[in-house]
Amino acid sequence: MSGKAHRRRLARQELTRIIEFLRSVENKGLNPFLVDVEDLITVIRECFPRLKNPDELSLDAEALNRVASIIKMQSEWVKRRASSLYRDPFLIEEKLRSLPIRELAEIFLKAWRPIIELEQITIGSLRNAMRYWSSLAPLSERWREEALLSREAGVLSREDLLRQGLLRDEAFLSEIERLWGELKEAADGDGRVDYWDFIGAESYGETVRRAYLTSFLITYGYAALEIHPLEERIFLRPNESPTSKAEAQPYSFPIPVSYERWREWRERRGG
Amino acid sequence: MEGAKRRVGRKRRYAVMLKRAAQLIFYRRHREPGVKGWELRRRLGSDYPKVLQLLDEYLGSLGLTVKTVFEGDGSPPENPTINQLDKARFYVTLRDELRAGDMKLVGWRIDDLAGLAVSLAYIISKGGKAPRKDLEGLLREKLPGWRVEMNLNRYLRLGYLIEDENEQFYLGWRARAEVDPKKLVDLLMEHEA
Repeated sequence: MSGKAHRRRLARQELTRIIEFLRSVENKGLNPFLVDVEDLITVIRECFPRLKNPDELSLDAEALNRVASIIKMQSEWVKRRASSLYRDPFLIEEKLRSLPIRELAEIFLKAWRPIIELEQITIGSLRNAMRYWSSLAPLSERWREEALLSREAGVLSREDLLRQGLLRDEAFLSEIERLWGELKEAADGDGRVDYWDFIGAESYGETVRRAYLTSFLITYGYAALEIHPLEERIFLRPNESPTSKAEAQPYSFPIPVSYERWREWRERRGG
Repeated sequence: MEGAKRRVGRKRRYAVMLKRAAQLIFYRRHREPGVKGWELRRRLGSDYPKVLQLLDEYLGSLGLTVKTVFEGDGSPPENPTINQLDKARFYVTLRDELRAGDMKLVGWRIDDLAGLAVSLAYIISKGGKAPRKDLEGLLREKLPGWRVEMNLNRYLRLGYLIEDENEQFYLGWRARAEVDPKKLVDLLMEHEA
């Protein structure tokens, strides 16, 4: 083995050893000041010129990253020592080992304020649950596997293509445009409308239908979604004309239209 | 006359909001109990901190209190901004400390409670994180192995502890809401064995 190759191997071993050592200090929560950062940096610097391939350079980066973590730990360690909460961990551990179980439990009771919470069923929620249960299809129907039919090759009619969604129906497009007009009218002074106020209808079925059509309004560029995650609100903003989003990265944003959410919406608007 | 009417109206409004706040905070609607500040703002309006203060006063007579847990691990802000309150989570907890006789009332065995005390105090003493192996070793000194495993799983499930992929334990959301870490450590250190 040539001297160069030998030195490379030594550098690799040195870096691996440094990484393992720093990892164990980090994981065991040992005093980070036990690590001589300057010394390690010197070793890493000496190893660097001997490294050639990407794997070796990754080792170098990993070692530096670990050193950075140790420096961060040192800063946190100083902060913690300076805080009023700090007590020597060894003394605490000693206490935990020496105290009998009963006394430990009694001490804990003095520092413990359990959360009070209620889990209670109401007549309203029972009624909703019953309604849901009666409308729920049996498992045998819900889990029924669709059987595949083998058919001879044939010619598809325009109606077939429409039914399979391969062609767009004119009636469907005009329905979308009608909804677009409705959205433009419903938009407030800010030029937007709450998503649920727009799709919400008297029946759940109609609400789902409107949500379905609205998704196409957005996909085809007739309207834009405005999402406010902090307030958990979604708004629809109609565009003046359908805009193409060819240059933008398309993304999906699922909006659950559940029965419970629909009922909540109806109750809120006094329906 | 007008002024008196306005006062009655405001009082009634706050009474309704107080009731609504109590329902929001007591009933578990998500995976965690309690309610976030922004949820309260959406349901009660921007003066929800005032409603919470009234609720806290009312609950005081029942030995309960509204506990605020702010985001992040640092010490809670003295004068929180509305933004900090919006991101905080509010719970109802006991106001006063429990006595030894109350242990059964809260449904905990003495071993399990002592195990929890040891786990939390150990993690606090180690600056907020401790390896599973070390904590298991400490618990096994006084509890049988099968119970240590079962208890740690229970503390994890209830949210007292969280564990990362490197088998490191941290304080969970429930420990931050229910346990006063400074008081726990002080009491341990002051206690004469």
